[in-house]
Formats: sequence, C-alpha cells, structure tokens
Amino acid sequence: MKKWKRDLQGYLFISPWLVGFILFAAGPMLGSFMMSFTRWSLLSPPQWIGLSNYQQALSNDPLVYKSLWNTAYYVFFSVPLGVLVSLFLALMLNQKLRGMSFFRTIYFLPSITNLVAVSIVWMWIFNPEFGLLNRILEWVGIQGPLWLHSETWSKPALILMSLWGIGGGMIINLAALQNIPEELYEAAELDGARGWHKIRNITLPLITPAIFFNLVMNIIGSFQVFTQAFVMTATAGQGQEGGPNNSTLFFVLYLYKKAFQQFKMGYASTLAWILFAIILIFTFFQFKLSRRWVYYESGERG
Amino acid sequence: MEKIAGKKYYALLRLGFSYLILVAMSMVFITPFIWMVSSSLHSLEGVFKVPFDWIPDTLHWDNYHQAITLLPFGRYFLNTAFIVTMVLAGTIFSCTLVAYGFARLQFRGRNKLFGLCIATMMLPAQVTMIPLYTIFARLGWVDTFIPLILPAFFGSPFYIFLLRQFFMTIPYQYDEAALMDGASRFRIYWNIILPLSRPVIATVVVFTFIGVWNDFFNPLIYINSFEKATLTLGLNLLKNQIIGSGVTQWHLLMAASVLVLIPNIIVFFLAQRQFMKGLNVGGLKG
Repeated sequence: MKKWKRDLQGYLFISPWLVGFILFAAGPMLGSFMMSFTRWSLLSPPQWIGLSNYQQALSNDPLVYKSLWNTAYYVFFSVPLGVLVSLFLALMLNQKLRGMSFFRTIYFLPSITNLVAVSIVWMWIFNPEFGLLNRILEWVGIQGPLWLHSETWSKPALILMSLWGIGGGMIINLAALQNIPEELYEAAELDGARGWHKIRNITLPLITPAIFFNLVMNIIGSFQVFTQAFVMTATAGQGQEGGPNNSTLFFVLYLYKKAFQQFKMGYASTLAWILFAIILIFTFFQFKLSRRWVYYESGERG
Repeated sequence: MEKIAGKKYYALLRLGFSYLILVAMSMVFITPFIWMVSSSLHSLEGVFKVPFDWIPDTLHWDNYHQAITLLPFGRYFLNTAFIVTMVLAGTIFSCTLVAYGFARLQFRGRNKLFGLCIATMMLPAQVTMIPLYTIFARLGWVDTFIPLILPAFFGSPFYIFLLRQFFMTIPYQYDEAALMDGASRFRIYWNIILPLSRPVIATVVVFTFIGVWNDFFNPLIYINSFEKATLTLGLNLLKNQIIGSGVTQWHLLMAASVLVLIPNIIVFFLAQRQFMKGLNVGGLKG
C-alpha cells in the first residue's frame, strides 16, 4: 500500500477524535483564552479589555482569594486523608481472609453513587439538630457543631464526606498490592523481615506508582470540587450558594456563578485560566517530585 | 511447644483484630445508606424523633409515591434514559473506531496524536465549557439534549485509552490473515476486533452509563426547562423546592434519593467486575 494511503486510512479511523479534539477541546480552549481578555455578557458583543480581567481577579476581587483559600483548604485536607484512608483500606482488604469481596463491595459502593443524591443524604446527616452525626455525637456526650451552617465546620464537613467516596482509589491501590509477587515477601521473610518491615520495605515502595496516580488525579479532581458545595450549601436559596459567609464558595463554584448566574463570560474565562494554571503547576511539581519517591520496576526512576 | 502455641495465639489475635477493623469500617460506609432508607420510610414526625427509630413502627411506603408526584419524575426518567442511550451509542461507535486506529494501524504521527489524546484527559472542563456554552447558545441548542449527547460521538480520551490497551493484546495474526483474504480494515475492525472485545466494551458501557446517569454539571448549565430535566437535575430541583418550604420534609427527600440511587446500585452489583477492570487499567498504566 502507498504510504499516503496508509496514513489516510489511519486518520480516517481516528477522525472522530480528531474532529472532536478540534471542536470540543483545542478550539474551545483557544476561544476561552481569547475570551479571558474580553468583557462579555452574551447580550452585547464581546469587548476587548486586555489584561483588565486578570488585574481585577488577582488584585481587586476578594472573593477570588476567598474561594482560592477555601479550595486550597479542601485540597490540603481531603487529598492526603483520602490517599491515606484508601491505602489503609486496600491494605486491610489485601489480607488472605474470608469475606474480603464482601467488604470490598461495601467500601467501593459509595464511590459510584449519584453525587446529588449523596449530597442530599449528607445534608440530612449533617443536620445540626436531628442529623445522624450529631445524634451519634450526642450519644457519646459531645455537643456537635452546626456543620454546614457553621463557617468553621462547613469545610470539614465536606472533607469528611469526601472520605466516604474514596472507593476508586482504594481499588487502584488494591490492584497494585495484588500485583506484588509473593516471592518478594518469602525472600524477605527468610531474611527475617516481619510485619511492619515488610510493609515499609516491600509493599509501600512497590505501590508508589498507584499512590502517585491517585494523588495526581485526586488533586486535579479536588481543585474542581463543585457539586457537593452547590447542592449542600445553598442555605439561603438559589443564587446564594457558598455556605455561611462564603465558607464553601470553592473556586469552580465561584466561576460557575460568574458564568451562569451573572453571565460574565469574559471574567469567568479568566477564572478558568487561573484555575488551569494552578492545576498545571501542581501537576508539574508532582511529576518533578515523583522522581524522588515513586519507584518504577524497570529500575529507572521518574 | 510453648513457642508454637504462642504463635497460634498471636495469629488468632491478629485475625480477630483484622475483622474488627473491617467490620467497623463497613459500618461507617454502610450507615449513611441505612440512615437514608430508614428515613425514607418514616413519617415527618418520625424523622425528627429523639432517639431515632432505625426501624419505623409503620413503614410509610407512600413517601415514595408522594416524592415522585411532587415533580414529574417519570418524565425525568425517560429524559435520562434517552440521553444515556444516545451517549452510549455515540461513545461505543466513536471510541472503538479511534482506539482501533491507534492500536492497530500504522500512520504518521500516530504516537504523538495518541499522547495528545491522553493529555486532554487532564484538561479541566472549566477551560472549555464557557466557549462551548456560547457556541451551543448561538446554535440555539441550549435547553435541548443536543449539548449533552453530541460530544459523545467524537470520542472520549479515557475510553479510547481503555479500548486501545485491550485491542493491543489481540494477536496481530488475525489481522494479517484477514488482510490476505482481502478483507478491508473496517471489516477486520467490525468482524474480528469488536466481537473479541466484548469484555472491555462492557466496561466502557458501565462507566458511560454511570457517568451520564450521575452527571449534574452539564444538565445544570444546558437545561432550563422544568420538564426537560434529567433525574439528577430533577432531584436537585426537588431539594430546592422542599428546602425552600418551611419544615424540611426529609422523609420525602430521602425517598427520592433512594429512587435515584437504585439504578446505580443495580448496575454496580451487576457489573462490579467491569468497574474494577476499568479502574485498574486506568490506574496501573495511567
């Protein structure tokens, strides 16, 4: 077959994605970048205003910093806790005991459920007076906080809830654990290694790629936290999402409000690019840092 | 002898401790579900009772009937089912074709393009959604299902990746033999690769189903009409309606939540293996 014919055939097969890439990824990305330099309310034509949006966002909009702080808080607690809990659960499930598939099913189930339904259930769990959590706390003699109605406790509430849905990360860890060859443990046992030493020196290094993957994906996902906050914290009605004193106004929630409640499309695009830059920087440094701690079997690091 | 007995004792203790933790964690994970179901079967006074009756004296099944008549949930179910079906068709069609191209055809720039495809997985939706919205708005497609369905026909990086990984494990001799017999590449894709790939296609179906069923953001921005909502969007509408009206009728909200979660749970139990496979390919090779 002629070379150009061969190439054409290949492009034909991947053409749905190629077209989609231009229509739904690259094109809109470029558009969004252009829009971030405009003022545009959809009603009138866009107006080029240079860097004004960026200036406004970075030096004149306290809610940008508030929402960035909220998001950072959420990421800073929910990601490491999520990675730890999912690792712990995977280690527990990796024992050769009866009933493991039953426990795995239970831990995994919440992670595939409908987030809106789950958010509503957790709203009720966090209800200060009659919710499950404060009923339990009261039972052990603790006066529970107002959770979603409290500026201090609304973010911890959402972090707590996020831990309930870590099943996906757990499964990835578990698969990595089950890929570790048995011989390694046997060899270590011959050398006198036991319990914690085996975990520390064999298990953990060998599943660092899975942990790294979970970390990268969790950080990207947590920076985009939206639905929970949108559904659970609209205490004062529509348009008022963000919780008490904007304590759960996360960055994407703020962006959503700018774009789809106030129709400030230019400014919202600017916010999107600020978020994108932050995520890129975080991901970049994670890949850089990963060379120091992620172990790859082929012997090379990073 | 004593040493062996001690070892046995230690192993038993460890076993007991492991199960203690496993069971305790199970309680933590399962209790919100039980709380939801229990609340959904209470009367309004029942949910506010202290202490809480985990099993209500009378089971108020009519809560379910009430919950689904507050909003047109039958309609929402049909809307969602329609969108899911169309997205499934689009996703399977486009992703298998593209994955076949990337997995088994030689062409210039293939690896670079595949890398680009993978890279778009990390692209946050926020960077593209505003221009997409304005384009769909200009085309007059806001408040239709088109923005929710159309993109599925143009491939989705994660599924392309998943399918490609599987296609690469199918022996190339099949293709070569078929080519010798004069079969076209499309025929090979259609008659050989697709039938052999049922397991991985099942995984894509399950992930797509759950993804669309649970999607909130896209319906939220594109659907305005009350009667065009999806189940997920409708549930949020119901929540707004109930929260905004005096005493919150948690029993009805919980009943509606149970109903929205039932398909999730059914699909989960039917297709647990597919979920794990999808996650693992994504996780280990990603």
